[in-house]
Amino acid sequence: MSSAPVITAPVETRWVRLGNFWSDFKQNPAAVAALIVIVSVVLMAVLAPLVAPQDPYNQETLDLFDARLEPGEVGSGGYVHWLGTDAAGRDVFSAILYGLRTSLIVGVMAGTLALVLGATVGLVAAYYGGRVEAVIMRVIDLQLSLPAILLALVLVAMLGQGLPQLVTALVAAQYAYFARTTHGAASAERRKDYIEAALSTPLPARQVLFRHLLPNALPPLIVVATVQVANSIALEATLSFLGLGLPLTQPSLGSLISNGFQFLLSGRYWISIYPGIALMLTVVAINLVGDQVRHVLNPRRSR
Amino acid sequence: MIGFFIQRVLQALMVIVAMSVIVFLGVYAIGNPIDVMIDPASDQALREALIQRYGLDRPLIEQYFVFMGNLLQGDLGESFIYRLPVLNLILSRFPATLELALTAMMIATCLGIPLGLWAGYKPDSLSAKVIMAVSVLGFSVPTFWVGLLLIMTFAVELGWLPSGGRGPVTEVLGMPLSITTLEGWSYIILPAFNLALFKLGLLIRLTRAGTIEVMSSDYVRFARAQGLSEGKVVGLHVLKNISIPIVTVFGLELGSTLAFAVVTETVFNWPGMGKLIIDSITVLDRPVMVAYLILVVFLFVVINLVVDLIYGQLDPRIRVKAAS
Repeated sequence: MSSAPVITAPVETRWVRLGNFWSDFKQNPAAVAALIVIVSVVLMAVLAPLVAPQDPYNQETLDLFDARLEPGEVGSGGYVHWLGTDAAGRDVFSAILYGLRTSLIVGVMAGTLALVLGATVGLVAAYYGGRVEAVIMRVIDLQLSLPAILLALVLVAMLGQGLPQLVTALVAAQYAYFARTTHGAASAERRKDYIEAALSTPLPARQVLFRHLLPNALPPLIVVATVQVANSIALEATLSFLGLGLPLTQPSLGSLISNGFQFLLSGRYWISIYPGIALMLTVVAINLVGDQVRHVLNPRRSR
Repeated sequence: MIGFFIQRVLQALMVIVAMSVIVFLGVYAIGNPIDVMIDPASDQALREALIQRYGLDRPLIEQYFVFMGNLLQGDLGESFIYRLPVLNLILSRFPATLELALTAMMIATCLGIPLGLWAGYKPDSLSAKVIMAVSVLGFSVPTFWVGLLLIMTFAVELGWLPSGGRGPVTEVLGMPLSITTLEGWSYIILPAFNLALFKLGLLIRLTRAGTIEVMSSDYVRFARAQGLSEGKVVGLHVLKNISIPIVTVFGLELGSTLAFAVVTETVFNWPGMGKLIIDSITVLDRPVMVAYLILVVFLFVVINLVVDLIYGQLDPRIRVKAAS
C-alpha cells in the first residue's frame, strides 16, 4: 500500500469556507430539493413574459368565451390551458407566473428593507448601550409581543392599498425580529477584544459598527432574513386574501387565491387551488432552506 | 415587590396611552368617513350637519381628548354603518371569537402535547420525523390557505361538514355557544382546527424540546431504576417537568389566537370580532376600527403584564434586575 498523501491544512479563504458550507448544506436532501424549487420558482418568475403562454393583464388577449375552462382544455387561443382559466378567461398558469413575480418582489423588498432597518437599530442599541439600548429594546420587545398580522393590518388600513404602502406595512411589522437578533449577536461581539481594540483607534464609530461589528454578527441574521422573506410572502398573501393587499390589477398569489375563492364552493377548484399550491411550495421551500442554513451555521453543532 | 408592581402597571398604562394616540391619529388620517356614509348626490347642508354631529370639524387634538374622555366612561362611540354603540357591537361578537379561540387552543393542546411527547421520546423514529414535518407545515403554510383546503376537502368534495357560518347556537349563561350541540360542532370544528394549526406546530416543538432535555436527566434515570413503568415515567415525571414553560407560552399565545382569528373568521365566514374588523376596514367604519384596535392592545398589555408579574413572583432575579 502506498503511503497516504500528505495533507496540508487548507488556507481558510472565503471560497474554502463557502465550499465547506455547501458540503454541509447538501447533507440534507430535502433542503437541496427545496433549493432547487426556489431556483426554479425565481427563474419562472423572472422569465414570466417569455414562459407564460399569455399576458394575463393585457385585456385584449382575454376572451370571455374562454372563462372558467377546466384544466387541460384548449381555449380560443389554440393552446392548452394546463391549469384552466378564471372567470375573466385568464390562463391560470400565466396568472400564477405573473403573480409569483409580484409576491417575490414584495417578499424580497420587504425582507431586505426590514433587514437594513432592523440591523441598524439593533447595532445602534448594542453599540451605545445604557439608556439608548434600554429604550430601543423595550420598544422592540413590546412590538414583538403583538402579532405581526395585527400590526400589518393596522398599517394597511391606515396607509391604504398599493405596493409601497404594503411594503411599508410589512417592514414595520417585521423589522423588530432583525433588531432583536442583531442586538443579541452584536452585544456578544461587543465585549470581545477586537472590538475594544478597534474602539481604541481613532476610527469613527460608524466604521467600527459596520466594518467590524456587523460582519461578525451576520450569520444569525442571514437565517432570520431567509425565514422573514417567506413570512413576508405569506403575510402579503394573507393581506391580499383579506382584500387589504394589492388590487387585482397588480395581483400577487394572494389576490389570485382570493379571486378564485368564490368559485371554490361551486367545485371550480383550480382558480384558487393552483395559485395556492405555488404559494405553499415557495413558502415551505424557503423555510426548509432557512432551517438547514441555521443547522449548518449553528456553532454548537457537532462536526 | 410593590415597587416592581407599580413600575410595571405604570409601564403598561404608558403603552396603552401611546398606542391609543398612534391608532387614533393613524385611523383618523385616512379619508373622510362622511363621504362613505352619505349619498354623493345629497346636498351640502346635510353634509355639514353630519360633520358637525360627529365633531369632525374640530381640531384633531380636541377630537382625541373628547374620544379619550368618552373612552374612560366606557363610551367608544357609535358605528357609522350599524348606528349602534361600538362597545355593544364588539361585545356582541366577542363570544363567537372567544369560543372559536378556546376550542382551537383545546384542539392544539389535546393533539400537540401527546405528539410532542412521542416525538421527544423517540426522536429518531420515522413517526417522530413525520410529526416534526407536520409541525413545520403548521408553522410555515399560511393559515388562510389551509382553511381553503379544509373547505374544499370536507365541505365541497366529501360534503361532510358545512363550508362556513356558525349554525345554531344555544344560550349558556347569556352567551350564545355552538359547542353544546352536535350540529354546532359540525360548524365549529373546521375553523377551530384551522386556527389551531399554528399553535399545534408550536406546542409540538416546545413539548419535544422539553421532553428530549428531561429524558436525559438524573431523576428520569432513577425513576426507571426504581422499576416504574415507562408510562408512569413519561406521564408523571416528564410531563410534570415540561409543563411550566408550556403553560407560560400558552398563556401568551391566547392573545395572538384572538388576533389570528381575523383570518380564520374571514375564510369560514364566522361571525366574530375578526370578521367585524375586516368588514369595518373595507367600509372605513372608523369608530369600530379604533375601538377594536384599542381593545386588542389593551388585552395584550394586560396578558403580558400578568405574565410579567407572575414571573416576578416565581423568579426573584427578574424583580431585582427590573428595579435596578
